[in-house]
Amino acid sequence: MAFDEAKKDFNLIGTRPARPDGIDKVTGRAQFGADKAAPGQLHAAILRSPHAHARIKSIDTSAAEKAKGVKGIVTRADFATGLKGEMWNKLENVMAGEKALYDGHAIAAVAATSALAAKDALKLIKVDFEVLDHVTNVDESMKDGAPVIREGAAGPSTPEGMHPNVVGFYSSGHGDVDAGFADADLVIEDTFTTEATHQGYIEPHACLAQMGKDGKGEVWCCTQGHFNVAKVCGHLLGTEASQIRVTASEIGGGFGGKTEVFIEPVALALAKKTNRPVKLVMSRSEVFRASGPTASASMDIKIGMKKDGTMTAGRGVFRLQGGAFPGAPGTFTAMCAFAPYALENVSQEAYDVMTNRPKQAAYRAPGSPMAAFAVESVVDELCNQLGLDPIEVRLKNASREGSKASFGINWPRIGLVECLEAAKAHPHYSTAIPENGGRGVSCGFWFNHGGETAVSLALAEDGTVSLSVGTPDIGGSRASMCMMAAEELGIKYDDIRTTIADTATLGYNEISHGSRVTYASGLATIEAARDTIKKLCKRAAAKWGIDEDAVYWEDGFAKPSGPNAGEFEPMSLAKIASKMGATGGPIVGHYEATPEGAGVSFAVHIVDAEVDKETGSTSVGRYTVIQDAGKAIHPSYVEGQFQGGAAQGIGWALNEEYIYGEDGRLQNAGFLDYRIPVASDLPMIDTVIVEVPNPGHPYGVRGVGETSICPPLAAIANAVSNAAGVRMKSLPMSPPRILKALDEA
Amino acid sequence: MIHVTTTINGDETEFVCDPRETLLDVLRDRLSLTGAKEGCGTGDCGACSVTVDGTVVCSCLVLGAEAEGKEIGTVEGIATGEDLHPIQQKFLDHAALQCGICTPGILVATKALLEKHPDPTETQVRYWLAGNLCRCTGYDKIIRAVMDAAKDMRSAA
Ligand code: FES
Ligand code: FES
Repeated sequence: MAFDEAKKDFNLIGTRPARPDGIDKVTGRAQFGADKAAPGQLHAAILRSPHAHARIKSIDTSAAEKAKGVKGIVTRADFATGLKGEMWNKLENVMAGEKALYDGHAIAAVAATSALAAKDALKLIKVDFEVLDHVTNVDESMKDGAPVIREGAAGPSTPEGMHPNVVGFYSSGHGDVDAGFADADLVIEDTFTTEATHQGYIEPHACLAQMGKDGKGEVWCCTQGHFNVAKVCGHLLGTEASQIRVTASEIGGGFGGKTEVFIEPVALALAKKTNRPVKLVMSRSEVFRASGPTASASMDIKIGMKKDGTMTAGRGVFRLQGGAFPGAPGTFTAMCAFAPYALENVSQEAYDVMTNRPKQAAYRAPGSPMAAFAVESVVDELCNQLGLDPIEVRLKNASREGSKASFGINWPRIGLVECLEAAKAHPHYSTAIPENGGRGVSCGFWFNHGGETAVSLALAEDGTVSLSVGTPDIGGSRASMCMMAAEELGIKYDDIRTTIADTATLGYNEISHGSRVTYASGLATIEAARDTIKKLCKRAAAKWGIDEDAVYWEDGFAKPSGPNAGEFEPMSLAKIASKMGATGGPIVGHYEATPEGAGVSFAVHIVDAEVDKETGSTSVGRYTVIQDAGKAIHPSYVEGQFQGGAAQGIGWALNEEYIYGEDGRLQNAGFLDYRIPVASDLPMIDTVIVEVPNPGHPYGVRGVGETSICPPLAAIANAVSNAAGVRMKSLPMSPPRILKALDEA
Repeated sequence: MIHVTTTINGDETEFVCDPRETLLDVLRDRLSLTGAKEGCGTGDCGACSVTVDGTVVCSCLVLGAEAEGKEIGTVEGIATGEDLHPIQQKFLDHAALQCGICTPGILVATKALLEKHPDPTETQVRYWLAGNLCRCTGYDKIIRAVMDAAKDMRSAA
């Protein structure tokens, strides 16, 4: 679908009204995952493996069953059998089968009359484990002799002769990279690593579930995709998705981590067994050990450049560690790596590798930030050694409309050059670099996504509107939906109420992921409003006794056009709505589609950092985000996405990492030891919204949520490397790593 | 079970609880005051912030039994009737929340900050709120909202 001319004159779009869920959220009324209770509910707790890799020889629940308050216990035996492929993988992750595959893997769950009673009962469950050798490092896991996580997990793309832990492979490229390197005046080749990090949403996973013997269930949970929860629960419980009605609570952060299903099937199984509502809430340590952190990566990059800054060739090999199941985002890593550059010669390949760690999940632009870190570090080093300006070099080689992307497509209208020009013109770039400091620049890229979407828009007799969308609001999207609907209908923002409909009320909606919500649910909202307008015009035409084509909609009124212009008094939405019962019944507009025109988004970040060479600690002094939003519907929430992504990137670059001990157990499963940035760590984060309209959206919207985390790892690494005078090749750049690098320099 | 008499947001309140239950558990599970959130349960995130006799504490680190005879303040007590407190309004005006899970704790901490330091510097605000994690916003808009609320409250005083 292409919208030839993006709408340009707006009343509401681009303004900053207060969000509709705002008052509930500042008064404590908003209900998040753990905030709901049901009469007679039980509380559940999950027993988790203390071993990284172990055969489960037996589970004895008899003592726990007799404990005070305990009403039911489930193990793998209480879930569906005969699942295949992806659903088998999901079940295996939700509740271990023959083996525990990582520290924290669920083994059994208890429902009891209180949370304390459930936790106490876990201690009475006896599991006989046969401890197996384990591996948690990606490079180790690919080597001959590494413990095998599971035979036969490799996908069809995996090359012959690789270790069974290598389960996926991707490659692409064009031109002749060796010839390109031969053409270069300088070629740099290096290896980079990043550690696994966690999305770190402040709200742990939580749900409340009910299920009867008839297999009909209800779930309330914090999720980015309640339709997906229904689908997965249906499979894992051996019933149909349509029999499980899922309502999405307010969600306390997700960033990709709440696209996965971990506890809802367990709560349902316990509810079925006990015939009582069951509440299940993860602790923070469970979130770290047993939800889905990012992949970690090990990457080889080689880039050639001429003295004038022309890049002649690029090659990348990416090894992604994805935990105990297939699915690490290596394909995305490889595709994003060289996306900002129009290279004549490029090649990239990626390996998806299993280890004894929790299954990785999406974290904002999965796979892209690490690729940018590796590639943009080498580009920075080339600029340094050739004495070239990093923005000029990026402009010289930038992908633009019509150029061939590193992964094969021809770029449509994109905004990278505009972002680079805005970066060059930004006062930040022309201020002096602080003494003892360094400046870093990086580009970043993400695809963005459309996906299955259904929206319904119902008029009330008083002329207000009830808009139902199926994408959980993870960052203010209800405000954007109200704005787009109000813009089309020509009514007040406050006259629209947007609800996240449950799975029994609306057609299937894909997860809130891929930066798709403002794009896809927005597009569907606009189309549903236009559908409603057609119906409104028809009612007016009938009333006036003229052809419906002779009626048009403007600023909230049906108006007669052509020869009838001025013949009849324009009719407002409220007026038509007030009579709808007698003029043909309720007026409801709707739209269902899988829009495919999600415009990609590029960003450029500039950062100044200072490094204390005595202690190895880094402080971020000034930070500027420049990103193409296509069209910012609500600029405050666009800025918020830019700032949030940058802040998470700062954490990923400087502090955050999963630390596994020799025993394969996670050593820092809490916010004290896994330290995310706090207010006193960060500066203000300046933002520039670039608007290069996406032709695939009626207003030009591009998704913005994910691209913002693509450049920061590289931008900060470049700033730190320039400040320290030594190239940092491993994240996080924690003080010990910086001191070590300084020592070795 | 322990019997406790306390005052919450000005209302006298009684409850019974297990000696191991935290004040956060009591507020949320026994008194249905779910405004305070549990982000960690270990004193590291501040989502559970409440005041006890005017001092900001992590309610996940206080036992329910310790509330005996104390004055507890939660996010539910910040607004006056339907009138939002200026800091609540400023959080809306500045879009200082994305998901909003950190917001109750940050509002409780901010209110205490401004009662003590009506004219804080940006650095003071950042350090005062350093115990309240927000993963969504990068803090920028939160800090601006707090500074702006402080300014308005000073000129109203
Ligand atoms: S829940 Fe109390 S500090 Fe995190
Ligand atoms: S707004 Fe989501 S954690 Fe602060």
